[in-house]
Amino acid sequence: MKADPRGVLAGVHFLDGDQACAEGALAAGCRFAAGYPITPSTEIVERFAQRVPLLGGMFLQMEDELAASIAIQGAVWAGAKAFTVTSGPGFSLMMEHIGYAAMTETPCVIVDVQRGGPSTGLPTLPAQGDMQQARWGSHGDYEIIALAPNSPQECFDLTIEAFNLAEQYRTPVLVMMDEIVGHMTERVVIPPADQIEIVPRRYTTKPPADYRPFAPEADLVPAMARAGQGYRFHITGLTHDERGYPTTNVAAHDRLVRRLVAKIRNDATRLTRVEEHFLEDAEVIVLAYGITSRVALRAVQMARARGIAAGLLRPILIWPFPEARLRQLASRAGLSGILVAEINLGQIVREVERCVGGRVPVRLAGHAGGSVHHPQELFETIVEMAQAVEIER
Amino acid sequence: MSAVEIQIGGLGGQGVILAGMVIGRGLVLYDGYHVSLTQSFGPEARGSACSAQLVVSREPVLYPYVTNPHILVTLSQEAYRRFVPSLRPGGTLIVEEDLVRTSPLPDAVVLYRVPATRLAEALGRRLVMNMVLVGFFAAVVGLPHPDSARRAIRDSVPAGTETLNLAAFEQGYDFGLKQLAGSPVHASP
Amino acid sequence: MSTEVYLPPNPVEALLRTDRMPHIWCPGCGIGTTMNCFARALQQARLDLDKVVIVSGIGCSGRVAGYANLDSFHTTHGRAIPFATGLKLANPELTVVVYSGDGDLIAIGGNHFIHAARRNVDLKVICVNNFIYGMTGGQVGPTTPATALTSTTPYGCPEQPFNLPYLAESAGAVYVARWTAYHVRQITHSMVEMFRKRGFCFLEILSPCPTLYQRRNRLGDGLEAMKYYKEASVTRHGAPTKEVAISFQGPILVGKFVDIERPTYLELLNQQLARTLEAQYTGCIEDHVRS
Repeated sequence: MKADPRGVLAGVHFLDGDQACAEGALAAGCRFAAGYPITPSTEIVERFAQRVPLLGGMFLQMEDELAASIAIQGAVWAGAKAFTVTSGPGFSLMMEHIGYAAMTETPCVIVDVQRGGPSTGLPTLPAQGDMQQARWGSHGDYEIIALAPNSPQECFDLTIEAFNLAEQYRTPVLVMMDEIVGHMTERVVIPPADQIEIVPRRYTTKPPADYRPFAPEADLVPAMARAGQGYRFHITGLTHDERGYPTTNVAAHDRLVRRLVAKIRNDATRLTRVEEHFLEDAEVIVLAYGITSRVALRAVQMARARGIAAGLLRPILIWPFPEARLRQLASRAGLSGILVAEINLGQIVREVERCVGGRVPVRLAGHAGGSVHHPQELFETIVEMAQAVEIER
Repeated sequence: MSAVEIQIGGLGGQGVILAGMVIGRGLVLYDGYHVSLTQSFGPEARGSACSAQLVVSREPVLYPYVTNPHILVTLSQEAYRRFVPSLRPGGTLIVEEDLVRTSPLPDAVVLYRVPATRLAEALGRRLVMNMVLVGFFAAVVGLPHPDSARRAIRDSVPAGTETLNLAAFEQGYDFGLKQLAGSPVHASP
Repeated sequence: MSTEVYLPPNPVEALLRTDRMPHIWCPGCGIGTTMNCFARALQQARLDLDKVVIVSGIGCSGRVAGYANLDSFHTTHGRAIPFATGLKLANPELTVVVYSGDGDLIAIGGNHFIHAARRNVDLKVICVNNFIYGMTGGQVGPTTPATALTSTTPYGCPEQPFNLPYLAESAGAVYVARWTAYHVRQITHSMVEMFRKRGFCFLEILSPCPTLYQRRNRLGDGLEAMKYYKEASVTRHGAPTKEVAISFQGPILVGKFVDIERPTYLELLNQQLARTLEAQYTGCIEDHVRS
């Protein structure tokens, strides 16, 4: 279906990533947000709070991030599309409810505008230090979807995408922004509503007597009911059977958890969203995401200008990781190494190493946070990697 | 054209960010440029050092930070002290003439002084000093196009203050044109 | 020769998930009693049961949601109230009941409790207070009377417990009552009153935990607890909540302490938006969710 035009501020704008994210949520049909103020994500809900009452929705400022991340789930079960946004310590506090949403298959969106950590760290400065927390932060086994925008335009586009994926897979979806992308102001083109595709909630069409809340459809995703419609369903974070009833049966637990993982993991290839530059003949591939990908592209361009065959692979959808594509690239003849640039001291690089399996050297250009890499610094590393290959030859 | 780096530095409360916003918005929405605007703040909401940085290009901007500005605007002595060393050789420096005392600068730097606060006070509101500055900037730098800047001001300022802000812009713009008609003040004595 | 036994239908059976019986509660536990009252109150209040939602946290009392034949949510520990807040605000036509224990609502969830009361979110909060953490094996809680023995205060509890009615009233609840599991008619009556009232309503029900609290403190079984409730309870409607604190095996003041009118969060929000935005404001989320 198409977006509700009332929520779509169509036109060309000069917005920061936080504002663009709020507009993305509104365009996606989100009419409920709960949050707790935390730099550098607060501007998202400030804009949302200003705009959404005019669209019949609301923003509720809760007493903490635990409250915010569960209040949105209550709203979802009442029928709303809902999201919350946070940063740093707030993201840590939300971990339990990311797990609850995964377990109860509650479609919702959580935006993390990453800042320097650990702990209070650098509230006003960027990092990409929550990338593995996004993947593994809640206890137990589950699969997650996470997107990494690299511009205000993508903060808009990928927030819509996040809502759509949340509905498609009935899962929490994370938008992993960073302070730079959040606070940077750029051109943002918001298309008219009839050009924005919206995935509606997958409500059951069965009558209450025939409805089993966790009986999966062909794609392993069960159809939802919402409160107040006579379905008298039960939702619990405990391991549950297809009726939604708690069980401690090991086989039932196995079935449930495997399905929760498989419904996303089986679709990993379909979920792959990458941007590629100069990969056809690349000897050195730089893998970077979020704001770092832009700096990396500059470094790749500098290398190309010097006659070095460098290329860029940017995962736009970071979880599930674009494993198949990376394996494909890594097994290509002529590739001498992969450089992973990220604003942390080695998170996604672990995933890259796992996928590459030692076929080519993988090197990390880490950064502890507070800024981005300088293109020159990445360029020099690319040169070094290319020269190392020359020497070997 | 390769990227042009612009930095506007001052104190929180001077409207530095809004000035950057108007320049950026004019360039993006009405002049067809790509612009990345970033901001930096001290921890306090008022009175601490802050700056707006714009990278302006015909191509999408990749690296969003300003490292060596082509054009530097300083509205406080602190901003002047902090940012002048990074000004690119041959760059343009604009200072608020009553708030910033300049020191000897490299030969090639083109220096402009604008009494933005006084011009704003003449309009009855010192607060619109930032729009006087935008007007002056548009005149001497040539970016954004003055009509684009005027439209961007209407888009950016609080409803009801458009007239005052536009008047401030015109004050600064006229002052800038007059300075251009003379010769720019060169930095070296 | 066979004998036919006549089993009268359970009058509240329609409100229970009978396919989930037997329940997990211990013999002599009071939670089932309160749930029976809850079912009867739902019947007496003649609510459209398709529009009644029950939300629980974690713990023995948190299991009520799973046994109620309603749309029901068993949430995370301490977070029933914020979940219920989102649910209620996103669809105000629902009657949202929060049913949980003292540890869940007042210790780990205490912050949410006071803020929901402050906002006057239209929630019916039922707190089964058994003075102890039951499900985890009898640890000290925020309502454990001073000197009582628990597994984590084996030499006696040194802390002062919360006086829940006082806390609820201070934070802004519009309806506050307390009964014990002995007072089944009064519980039912209070629940009916809560269903008919708008705003943050709070009902505390003292309830025996024979397995852990009673036994460790040598207070006998569930029946002994009932005798204690019967003998120690003094009904004082309208008693100042400051004076209703509970001490170890001391007197228990019960009754309806608070019943006031105050606009709910949603009413205030709608008023505020209508006043500020005037014609631009086209109504609250309710209409949009429904459409």
